[in-house]
Amino acid sequence: MTTTAFKEPVRQAPSGAAGRESRRTGRLRRVTLPYLLLLPALLLELLVHLVPMVIGIVMSFKELTQFYIRDWGTAPWSGLGNYKVSVDFDAPVGNALLHSFLVTVGFTLLSVALCWLIGTAAAIFMQDTFRGRGLLRALFLVPYALPVYAAVITWVFMFQHDNGLVNHVLHDQLHLTDKPAFWLLGDNSFYALLTVSVWKGWPFAFLIVMAGLQNIPKELYEAAALDGTGMWQQIRRITLPSLRPVNQVLVLVLFLWTFNDFNTPYVLFGKSAPEAADLISVHIYQASFVTWNFGTGSAMSVLLLLFLLVVTGLYLLFTSRGRRAADV
Amino acid sequence: MRSIRAAATGAVTLSLVLAATACGGGSSSGGGSDDSPKTLTYWASNQGASVAVDKQVLQPELDKFQKTTGIKVKLEVVPWPDLLNRILTATTSGQGPDVLNIGNTWSASLQATGALLPWDTKNFAKIGGKDRFAGTALGSTGAAGKDPAAVPLYSMAYALYYNKKIFADAGVSKPPATWDELAADSRKIQAKGKSPLGAEGSNLSENIHHVFVFAKQHGADFFTADGKPDFTDPKVVDAVKSYVDLMAKDKVIPAGDAEYAQNQSVSDFAKGKQAMLLWQSAAANLTSQGMSEDAYGIAPVPVISGTPGTGTQVNSAVMGINLAVFKNTHNLDGATRFVKFMTSDDEQKILNKAYSSIPPVTSAQADPAFAGPATAVLKNTLATSAAALPQVASESQFETTVGTAVKNLFADAAAGRAVTSDSVKAELQKAQQQMPAA
Repeated sequence: MTTTAFKEPVRQAPSGAAGRESRRTGRLRRVTLPYLLLLPALLLELLVHLVPMVIGIVMSFKELTQFYIRDWGTAPWSGLGNYKVSVDFDAPVGNALLHSFLVTVGFTLLSVALCWLIGTAAAIFMQDTFRGRGLLRALFLVPYALPVYAAVITWVFMFQHDNGLVNHVLHDQLHLTDKPAFWLLGDNSFYALLTVSVWKGWPFAFLIVMAGLQNIPKELYEAAALDGTGMWQQIRRITLPSLRPVNQVLVLVLFLWTFNDFNTPYVLFGKSAPEAADLISVHIYQASFVTWNFGTGSAMSVLLLLFLLVVTGLYLLFTSRGRRAADV
Repeated sequence: MRSIRAAATGAVTLSLVLAATACGGGSSSGGGSDDSPKTLTYWASNQGASVAVDKQVLQPELDKFQKTTGIKVKLEVVPWPDLLNRILTATTSGQGPDVLNIGNTWSASLQATGALLPWDTKNFAKIGGKDRFAGTALGSTGAAGKDPAAVPLYSMAYALYYNKKIFADAGVSKPPATWDELAADSRKIQAKGKSPLGAEGSNLSENIHHVFVFAKQHGADFFTADGKPDFTDPKVVDAVKSYVDLMAKDKVIPAGDAEYAQNQSVSDFAKGKQAMLLWQSAAANLTSQGMSEDAYGIAPVPVISGTPGTGTQVNSAVMGINLAVFKNTHNLDGATRFVKFMTSDDEQKILNKAYSSIPPVTSAQADPAFAGPATAVLKNTLATSAAALPQVASESQFETTVGTAVKNLFADAAAGRAVTSDSVKAELQKAQQQMPAA
């Protein structure tokens, strides 16, 4: 308040042309200041995300093989060649990419669904205070807090055929299998990957849903209890609708993280993942780094980017429209 | 409020999508210079039992080099799983070490990128001439008819390591010389409750080294004379199948080895769980794992029949490490002097002793340290019955695609699925389809 009072006479003091000039610069400053403040972030965003992405897109139109990686400029343009190879599903490269894409979609849907289900269930059960709740909460977050490499390499040891804990429990102790199973080779690798992914991902869902639950007024539950609703009804009619905005972001983020997850399959399986667990991020990595064909690898990355953008856009459109309708 | 939230959500997710799919950039510049004559960066490969062991071996030598030349060498030991990627990244960005170790089988692939200094007569003259090096080692330094992309540093060969006690207990008096003998001995060993032979079924490079030798023994080649992949040739299929059959049919290799990729088979052998191991220059590794040198014997890798030699009697790939100079170096003169130092007789003796490898520099081989019975087998193999892996630009891709095919076949065998000529051919076909068209 005092500053306004102080400034007011100053602003009015100049008259005529000089006054108009000063007013204009003042307005200019007001208009440009936010942009000026945003500039560093914008530049960094350009540098860190957009420039490499544009370079990646340019690369996808080039025949960037081992003969040209030293000097990209000399790599010949290949037009849509890399894209044609990537989406020609009758040929081996395109077919392998499609297979990898389908595996990734299946894996992502299962993983996100399980992460969300386990996370939400745990968060709801942990709503009521009981002895040891804090300890349990902290314990649940451990998989999420551990460095990915350390966590996944532990799973690699557990999944080992000869000395692994999983086979020791399933085969040696419980006699559930005829002979020790291979978890890191062949078809079982899909379940191994899913297990690790859910184990690693659900604490995040738990954390976010738990935070979301804090915002639901207790009165709603009390009123519902007075009306004689059971727990299931309360979850269905109060908890889930109130969590809707939280879930909207949560599911999307889980989806993107899981779909693009590179660390988990790479640490579990190394450079050449078994076909049943051939996730697209590792597949693209292999298409570029292992066969030294960075053009095709980039084309695949661009296709993946387009797919994720479309999915994200549709998802946001769909969910926000649904919410608007619900709000009315 | 809602629109702001939606916008924020959109921005966050968009940046997540972007971050997830962005690719790296880079540039390149011309040849080397002498802008920074006082320092060198050296990427060493992991030759000892651990990165720490390598540092202990190399640092005193680098200090010696600094004392005589005044050039400080910054050492980084790069583990094998990362080395090729690091070199590729350095090539793409133009930002790399001055001097680096490469697996000798990658020579032709890396030569094709043009990132490494070619060793023409003039450059060789600076380090004492090409004749100082053994011919077999020079055979694995790049494509035929081109100046080598690197110079040999350590030479290695495969041999059959066998546990003397397990052999004696099973009544096997001498190491097997043919694959049939190996299968017969294995049954005696199995009768005593021990596992016969170890392998690294999920290690792509190991798979390649073995199927390459099997192919040679079957008179087959993975590449045609003009360098085109020919993985589905019936003889190649036969060769790959006979290697995988060591697990699938003969049950000589235990099923569990199908998922080994971290040298677990070496540990199994060192712990006395496994009677035999096919490995390259394993002595130093076994010692560091606590196996006494008296506990094991060393013999040439078996052949189909007869004795090791050339042609179908080949029983090892020419293994080894080459030393290369990165073309973009800012200390070309210093880098050349460092290569000269590392390939000098004295350093060759010290380093190859430490790594239980054979000096590719012939004058250093005369040292009595390389005359022991174990080294004799390796030296003899290299001299008479080892062949270089294909020196073609797509060698590195071959290692990955065919190595993966063999890994998949081992996985089939381990799971009890039949490994047939058809299934082998199908895997190799898939590998061939992934090879660059060139």
